[in-house]
Amino acid sequence: MGDILRLVLKRLGLGVITLFVVSILIFFAVELLPGDIAQAVLGQGATPETVAALRTKLGLDQHAIIRYFQWLGGALTGDFGVSLVSGERVSSAISGRFVNTLFLATYAAVIAVPISIILGVIVALLRNTLFDRVANVVTLTSISSPEFFLGYILILYLAVKSNYFPAIASLSADMSFGDLLNRTFLPALTLVLVVTAHMMRMTRAAIINLLASPYIEMARLKGVPPWKVIVKHALPNAWAPIINVVALNLAYLITGVVLVEVVFVYPGIGQLLVDAVAKRDFPIVQACCLIFAATFILLNLAADVGAILTNPRLRHPK
Amino acid sequence: MSTFVIGYYALLIGASCLAAYYKQRNIFILIFSLTLASFVMGIIGGVPALRFVTTAAGILALAAGTSYAFREFLIIITPEGVAKELRTAPLTASFGMFVIFTYAIAGIFAPVIAPHGEAEVISSAFAPADENMLLGADQLGRDMFSRIIYGARNSVGLALLATMLAFVMGALAGLLAATKGGWFDQFMGRFADVIMSVPSLIFSLLMLSIFGTNLGVIVIVVAIIYAPRVFRLTRAVAGNVVVMDYIEAAKLRGEGTWYLIRKEILPNSTAPLIAEFGLEFCFVFLLIAGLSFLGLGIQPPTADWGSMVRENATLISFGEMTPLIPAAAIALLTVAVNFVVDWMLFRSSGLKEM
Repeated sequence: MGDILRLVLKRLGLGVITLFVVSILIFFAVELLPGDIAQAVLGQGATPETVAALRTKLGLDQHAIIRYFQWLGGALTGDFGVSLVSGERVSSAISGRFVNTLFLATYAAVIAVPISIILGVIVALLRNTLFDRVANVVTLTSISSPEFFLGYILILYLAVKSNYFPAIASLSADMSFGDLLNRTFLPALTLVLVVTAHMMRMTRAAIINLLASPYIEMARLKGVPPWKVIVKHALPNAWAPIINVVALNLAYLITGVVLVEVVFVYPGIGQLLVDAVAKRDFPIVQACCLIFAATFILLNLAADVGAILTNPRLRHPK
Repeated sequence: MSTFVIGYYALLIGASCLAAYYKQRNIFILIFSLTLASFVMGIIGGVPALRFVTTAAGILALAAGTSYAFREFLIIITPEGVAKELRTAPLTASFGMFVIFTYAIAGIFAPVIAPHGEAEVISSAFAPADENMLLGADQLGRDMFSRIIYGARNSVGLALLATMLAFVMGALAGLLAATKGGWFDQFMGRFADVIMSVPSLIFSLLMLSIFGTNLGVIVIVVAIIYAPRVFRLTRAVAGNVVVMDYIEAAKLRGEGTWYLIRKEILPNSTAPLIAEFGLEFCFVFLLIAGLSFLGLGIQPPTADWGSMVRENATLISFGEMTPLIPAAAIALLTVAVNFVVDWMLFRSSGLKEM
């Protein structure tokens, strides 16, 4: 067991360091602004007095490193400062939307993960048949399409032309859960289409890779029935790549969610980020970027830790 | 039972009998399962469903025919060595090449092909299609068709520029890291790790919020985001070449780093690098399209596919297809490049799946 623990701890430590470096990157990127935030917000016509006043208000007269640690400390306790445009607290603008985004991503993941793993395994077992080739072309097309293309096609056919689902995913507090699922079905389906294609291809590659290894060949040669080869020999070693595939694709959902939220006018954190970028509202941009990046890093971390924990060679040391 | 339905089934059953007679097992299974599926679809969806299947099959057949003809054409006009390679190309790959060729023509000769200028207002907003405007007008009354043609030049051109920059930076750094090793290698490796640990769309949004959205910034930011991918691949490929004996011999001859990269390493790692260039282009193209769609990419009035979708999205709520055409153009090019890359990867690495 000691080996596993050491590996996991090492990977966790690496994750924390990466997170730290990325937070530095996100904070100091804004310092690259020609002039500083106060100048950028107020524009060319501002008098030196107003710039100086805003600078004091934002605490820009302190050294950047001090401000970084204040910001990081705030971020760890859920306080991201104040929005430059509305003057609202960033944390209160984000919290509700973050829950919405998590809901959408979870909704998509719950549908996509089982479907894509089952399909991926089937396609791998049927490799080089017609079914496999067709699946290859279909998934490739789905991956190559921009998310907004898939989203608008779904709107056109499932909302406008046939009226099965609402085209705009506006939420209100007093909606029932079923109503909520119905309202968010199209954005979730868009994400499902993109992620399923990715996951299917990766699962297929992982399983084919596994089935090509010599010990599977050996099991076949000694006459083990095919289902037993899969269940007893292939599956224990397949968990690691499958967990990896799932976690990597959940991380992929994070990027996809931004475009999908904009297409469906979904009140999530992605849309907040896009609006903030257009308005150059840096505290919100930084907070959203940090949240997205942290989720991405954590999911990648989960993928690696999962792979370590399910590796049979590590669980049964010699 | 209309004549269409009778003809439809007669054709399918006749074709499957022919396939069975000539022992074309795969074709037979395909056509006959389509026949069986048509029974179900015909009962549920009626004649329109069958018409849809016919149209889809027609388009597929047309695409297959075009790709076959294009491949034969390429085989005839290219010299012997290239032609031999081309004969191994599957139809999907030659379809991809045909699409890329078409886009290149549209992009290069855009001013000649497009009937109107890209920013020229010629009619009222959202005017329907007429003999003057093939696809109708956009939200400001500009000709949609002309803007799509110009979009081939602007959107693809920008993505190509960014990809090339990313590629040059990544490949140079990778080659240098492989030949020099040591702290430079370590530093570049960690640097690439950090950039790749932030999702690309998020990273580019952060950068665009700081530096504003002009073309130069977009190209540089996107190039920096995707250079680490190229760096990693080049580093891995070149790393395998660097340990070869002939590199050792060249070093003993006293050749410099630049000579080693140019004359020894690069010629031995071109195949995977070209495939990577194609893949990289797809990622960059989709990222820039996404940014444009969000209103943060190429700025109006320049025609660009991503922003055209956004600007005309209101038409979709009236059941119009036209706003989807630029999005489909993006998807089609990405699929085409992927098809070609798939074939090249298969050729170059001898990646024969069992």
